[in-house]
Amino acid sequence: MTSSPRPLDPRTPNGHAAFPHRHLLGLAGLQPWELSFLLDEAERWVDQARDDAGRSLLAGLTIINAFFENSTRTLLSFEIAGKRLGADVVNMAVAQSSVKKGETLIDTAMTLNAMRADAIVIRHASSGAVALIADKVDCPVLNAGDGLHEHPTQGLLDALTIRRRKGRIDGLTVAICGDIRHSRVARSNMIGLATLGAKVRVAGPPTLVPREAEALGADRFTRVEDALDGADVVMMLRLQSERMDGAMIPSPREFHALYGLTAERLALAKPDALVMHPGPMNRGVEIDSAIADDPERSAITEQVAMGVAVRMACLDVLTRQRRGVEGWA
Amino acid sequence: MIAAPLLIRNARLVDPLASEPRDASLLAIDGRIAAINPAETPADAITVDAQGMLLAPGIVDFGVFAAEPRACRFGGITRVALMPDGAHPLDQPGLIERAAKAGKPDLWIHPLAAATRALEGQTLAETGLMQAAGARGVATGRTRVADAGVMARVLAYAGGLGLVTVTHAEDEGLTRGAVATTSEMAFRLGLPSAPAMAEAMAVARDIALVEVTGAPLHFRQLTTAAAFDLVRAAKRRGLPVTCGITPAHLLLNDVALGEWRTFARLSPPLRGEDDRQAALAALADGTIDVLCSAHDPRGPEDKRLPFADAAPGMAGAETLLALGLGLVHDGTISLARLFALLAANPARLLGVEAGTLAVGAEADLILVDPDTPWQIDTRRMSARAGNTPFDGLPVQGRVRSIWKGGRRID
Repeated sequence: MTSSPRPLDPRTPNGHAAFPHRHLLGLAGLQPWELSFLLDEAERWVDQARDDAGRSLLAGLTIINAFFENSTRTLLSFEIAGKRLGADVVNMAVAQSSVKKGETLIDTAMTLNAMRADAIVIRHASSGAVALIADKVDCPVLNAGDGLHEHPTQGLLDALTIRRRKGRIDGLTVAICGDIRHSRVARSNMIGLATLGAKVRVAGPPTLVPREAEALGADRFTRVEDALDGADVVMMLRLQSERMDGAMIPSPREFHALYGLTAERLALAKPDALVMHPGPMNRGVEIDSAIADDPERSAITEQVAMGVAVRMACLDVLTRQRRGVEGWA
Repeated sequence: MIAAPLLIRNARLVDPLASEPRDASLLAIDGRIAAINPAETPADAITVDAQGMLLAPGIVDFGVFAAEPRACRFGGITRVALMPDGAHPLDQPGLIERAAKAGKPDLWIHPLAAATRALEGQTLAETGLMQAAGARGVATGRTRVADAGVMARVLAYAGGLGLVTVTHAEDEGLTRGAVATTSEMAFRLGLPSAPAMAEAMAVARDIALVEVTGAPLHFRQLTTAAAFDLVRAAKRRGLPVTCGITPAHLLLNDVALGEWRTFARLSPPLRGEDDRQAALAALADGTIDVLCSAHDPRGPEDKRLPFADAAPGMAGAETLLALGLGLVHDGTISLARLFALLAANPARLLGVEAGTLAVGAEADLILVDPDTPWQIDTRRMSARAGNTPFDGLPVQGRVRSIWKGGRRID
């Protein structure tokens, strides 16, 4: 991430720019005030997603969504975010196999660059692939998920959901449960929430919760009950089907029996604890339907709504320099 | 091709078998070292004034994946032991014979025969016929032989022929799919990883098989404290076990993976700082026998990829000597020990009369200016590709002249 002059913001400590980064590749390395700045910007779009000012903000700009890995929700969310801001949004779905046939990722990046996009949103199955492309293109790059590394807009939308529901993030206890090892959502959340002052716990079967998670400041539990005890927020992660059948855990039903979020387990958390899930859910595996569908406890659909707002904010902020926004150009 | 007699005078001789370099002259006749400080010199001898520079045995680079004469000449390498991995694994006498002839006369390539057919780890390859065709050892390739029963037979059979078995040391179950050592760095980068202990697990099994078979075994690269402890103990018990390492594992730790630098994607992967320190200690105390380049040039098609998709390996032939001299400059090892690691020990493993300055040994010689500074530059390397994790590093020490069998290579 290269630095460039940016306006000082009253919310940042003296001498710091509001968001001095060209790309959004991860939440690692971002300062707390930079995360808060993005959340504040997103807040603007939550209730007025369709106002007229927004509709023309990115008019004339081209955004390419280059997804090298299957996605429905994130792709749709980025597409809607771009369109609500008036940008021309082009989706490029690149099956992994066709890329492997010949054109290297760098070649693809150079091609995208030659099309002179104003921002590129990239998802890729390999950790670090988005950074590799970002290094080769002239426009801002947003990471929409790279391998096991990070999914920064998911981390931001989760933080925004928590902040709106709880009024704060600092000092909250957040339990992230399930497949931590293979989850870029877990990494972005662990980093982002810890940066914003939350106490993060990770929990799940030892095969899916590596000890190294502690290096990112999280407390590690292998009994999900211990992690839920007194938690303000319970975040369940999706368990990938290919990991369910004996590879990492013996079976889905065993996972549910030992680690799934049931009403009994949720009762261990604070009475007003918020339940979250990045989706898509395996109902009856990592989470019981009754909890997922309880509007009092579950913020799962709200997370989706926050996703659009956060992505609008990120697209806005990262294109300000190109658009010549006063103080950013 | 008969070389004229060669007299190199005014040199500082670095003999791995001696403790200190000494000022002397060296005479080579008919491609072999004939005398140190000769009383008389043949009239037709070519005389070279070494101007006080280091005269050392040519490097015997043990376990390369590509034998590149230009890169080897730059790096002072006169012989290589070639790994059997390739598009066609070296598992037949004809392939061995061709590989053994490919570099002559400038670079002698000693092929290591595939331990098993097609390196699949299942059935013994024609080891004896490959030995007759020029193989100087057998090797399991980039991975170890997973089946302990097969490995026991590989060791016993090769040992019976007087050949060393060269193995990779990583437990395949623990390391399947892994591209890094389990660590905070790997977790942050989101890289599939395996615990460093996977190496010691493999070493423990194979040392046990050496006890069973009595056959000599060389671990091509060891990189972890636990593995060095096992080898140290095995040597103490008198077992014929040796091991090697590359400069990368002595000088870099897994922090080098930052920003997913694929030039730092190696096999075995870079380790944590504790293991790196243990490697330096093992180098100093004699546990490590061989310093090698593991030369494996990889172009953009293999390296300009996301980290986990990139091929492992580094181009190391050109930087091996300079990085090794760095270990001398910083006091980790002596000059004589460096050339034991680079030349004498690997030559002994291969059973070739080279790697020393003893009278009668092959006159494979390099003249080295140990102080000349230069900078490693990935864009300016002689190898087919410049995939070095040491790009930009300032180093000291440059080869000025190189002789293979008493004949100067230009």
